[in-house]
Amino acid sequence: MSDRLHLKTRIFTLIVVLANVLGNFVISWGLKRSGTVLGNSVLEYVRVIFHPWVAVGIGLLIVWMFTRLALLSWADLSYVLPVTAIGYVLNAVLGRLFLGEHISLARWAGTLLIVAGIALVGSTAVRTTSPRPPKPASTRSEEKTEVCV
Amino acid sequence: MRVNWLLVMIIVGATTIADVLQTKAMKRHGEIHDFRPGALGRVAARIAGNWYIILAVAMMAVSFFAFLTLLSVADLSFAVPATAASFVVETVVAKYALQERISWRRWAGAGLVAGGVALLAL
Repeated sequence: MSDRLHLKTRIFTLIVVLANVLGNFVISWGLKRSGTVLGNSVLEYVRVIFHPWVAVGIGLLIVWMFTRLALLSWADLSYVLPVTAIGYVLNAVLGRLFLGEHISLARWAGTLLIVAGIALVGSTAVRTTSPRPPKPASTRSEEKTEVCV
Repeated sequence: MRVNWLLVMIIVGATTIADVLQTKAMKRHGEIHDFRPGALGRVAARIAGNWYIILAVAMMAVSFFAFLTLLSVADLSFAVPATAASFVVETVVAKYALQERISWRRWAGAGLVAGGVALLAL
């Protein structure tokens, strides 16, 4: 596995994690401030989406989705999933810093387990499947240009 | 309580289906090399019309709204550890549906992360 692929993977992992953590945090913040209990009517969901904080959070989750798709274009799903789990630790840290939550011994133990799991998976190859060979002649001209991108 | 577990099953199931479809679609697309805005726009336009991606987005929406609903009726300290099972479930599915080679390090890593996420919410 080349260093270039590892570097690219690290950078994208960082963006994926930050967009996800900030997105979830902002949505949670918005939901708490709006005081909405969801599940009663469809209208509640629609209304909450347009709450400013929730809208910003959804924007961040869109960034999260696209960078994650890019990452999945070369990395295994069974690699991406555990490695991006560092976001759970960051969520706990944000909760402590901004929502005044207490970090118990169990939480510290959980953080340690997650970091150990990430170190294990991070030491494996980014990709274990072979890339598809470029398609032969295609009917769509757009696909031909894609091969040389 | 039973409603909560039903929501957890919907969340884990929908997330797994969405991730497998996304991975399949992106592996089929091929590794993205060019990160200039124009090239990224072309990639976005291409994948936006892909049925795997469209279905994956629908599944993500199901999972997202189910999670919001769960959060509104249950504590975060229940919602997060219960849905952490998806790390193990998805690793199993990645092996069989995506033919990824799961070495012992990946099994152990996925297990540790799932356990860690569960502990984190206690």
